[in-house]
Amino acid sequence: MHLDPPAPFPHRHTHSAQPAGAEPALRNGGLRALRVGLGGPVGSGKTATVAALCRALREEFSLAVVTNDIYTREDAAFLLRAAVLPPERIAAVETGACPHTAIRDDISANLEAVEDLEHAAASSGGLDLILVESGGDNLTATFSKGLVDAQIFVIDVAAGDDIPRKGGPGITTADLLVVNKTDLAPHVGSDLAAMARDAEAQRGSRPVAFTSIKAEDGVSPIADWTRARLAAWKQETVAL
Amino acid sequence: MTTAALLVLADGRFPAGTHAHSGGAEAAVRAGRIVDSATLADFCRGRLHTSGLVASGLAAAAAGGHNPRDLDEAADARTPSPALRRTSRKLGRQLMRAGRAVWPSAALDDLAQACPGGAHEPVVLGLLALSAGLSPLDAAHAAAYESVSVPTTAAVRLLGLDPFEASAVLARLAPSINKIAEGGTQAARSGIDALPAAAAPLLEITAEDHATWPVRLFAS
Ligand SMILES: Nc1nc2c(ncn2[C@@H]2O[C@H](COP(=O)(O)OP(=O)(O)O)[C@@H](O)[C@H]2O)c(=O)[nH]1
Ligand SMILES: [Mg+2]
Repeated sequence: MHLDPPAPFPHRHTHSAQPAGAEPALRNGGLRALRVGLGGPVGSGKTATVAALCRALREEFSLAVVTNDIYTREDAAFLLRAAVLPPERIAAVETGACPHTAIRDDISANLEAVEDLEHAAASSGGLDLILVESGGDNLTATFSKGLVDAQIFVIDVAAGDDIPRKGGPGITTADLLVVNKTDLAPHVGSDLAAMARDAEAQRGSRPVAFTSIKAEDGVSPIADWTRARLAAWKQETVAL
Repeated sequence: MTTAALLVLADGRFPAGTHAHSGGAEAAVRAGRIVDSATLADFCRGRLHTSGLVASGLAAAAAGGHNPRDLDEAADARTPSPALRRTSRKLGRQLMRAGRAVWPSAALDDLAQACPGGAHEPVVLGLLALSAGLSPLDAAHAAAYESVSVPTTAAVRLLGLDPFEASAVLARLAPSINKIAEGGTQAARSGIDALPAAAAPLLEITAEDHATWPVRLFAS
């Protein structure tokens, strides 16, 4: 069965985007930052992707990142150490042993972090893009539409080439599926062609990117997808 | 008519950020003070009769129409630990966000404008109860119940406690929860200065310590 690709941004959910007690920090006349969630199992390469995306896009766009660590501030600390963004552009949310709750069932702490970043950046021209990295969870963990405008689901070839076949909401509904660590495929005996076939069967025409984030320019398919989403987001907002 | 609204407000799934907090249970588990359902019950009883009672009084007063800004100061005065103040304001801000979407009101908007960083959680809870058409006693019940439901949920996750036993702990506390809610409501009738100020020094101290842990499951 082929699913129609989703409309770019079916819901704007401006209510959730409304900060408590203050006007949203909008950039260039009414355009709030695009919010992109990165979900997927622990260790698949979400933080590596966020870091690489920041490096690839930070000259073109004004960026910020929210991390959702499960029980430490490792991801935020990693991004700070790697200096991919200035510290005031990185916020860490604590998730109380339930990373999927913080991105789906009760998004309040994440929305608060997003708004704090927007307000902090308001005086310097605002933000174009906010990346929200989930704490890493199972294959059913997806982001609420009240929190993000689009989501990327990151899996890796080393966790088993049957994952796309297993499906689940992350695999089937994410706006972009990333199959990372293709460099490891020969070492773990993963069949990339089969993964691509299974992913297409699950996702229809929704895009899939095979990446090796650690390689030079490895993030470029995801960076290109993000640029296209940002362009569509700006057009849609202007049209409103 | 309004009983159902109270169920919505007091539901642990109400999306106001409490799921990431343990109400001091994580520190108590680490210290070996909560190890099973019996010690969880002891912990909850202590919390209910101290911070639970204070929260009940504040929530009842807010639901009864007392000035929320004055109540916010009263909450500060009853919360010596800076870490607990931060937590209470953070949760208040998150409850405000959910509350304005669920039961919008001008009173909530006003308090949100006045305290953009968040008012104390029990004050927001009381004002939200008012917006939902609930009584001061309802608000006090919600505050008293939350004072024990938050650590209980956290203890289940932290200790792998039998969830049936954990719910039984809450059920056995129900009569005490009622009494605390009634006490808080009663006090609120006599004005802000008469609100309970029961202190829990150990909760205050362990909250300060917990806030410095580099590795923890819960935000508080
Ligand atoms: N071989 C290889 N390792 C990668 C790749 N991407 C990420 N990693 C490594 O995988 C590990 C987990 O990555 P991380 O980004 O922290 O995963 P997260 O838990 O999803 O955030 C780290 O050691 C990364 O350096 C890749 O494309 N190839
Ligand atoms: Mg990570």
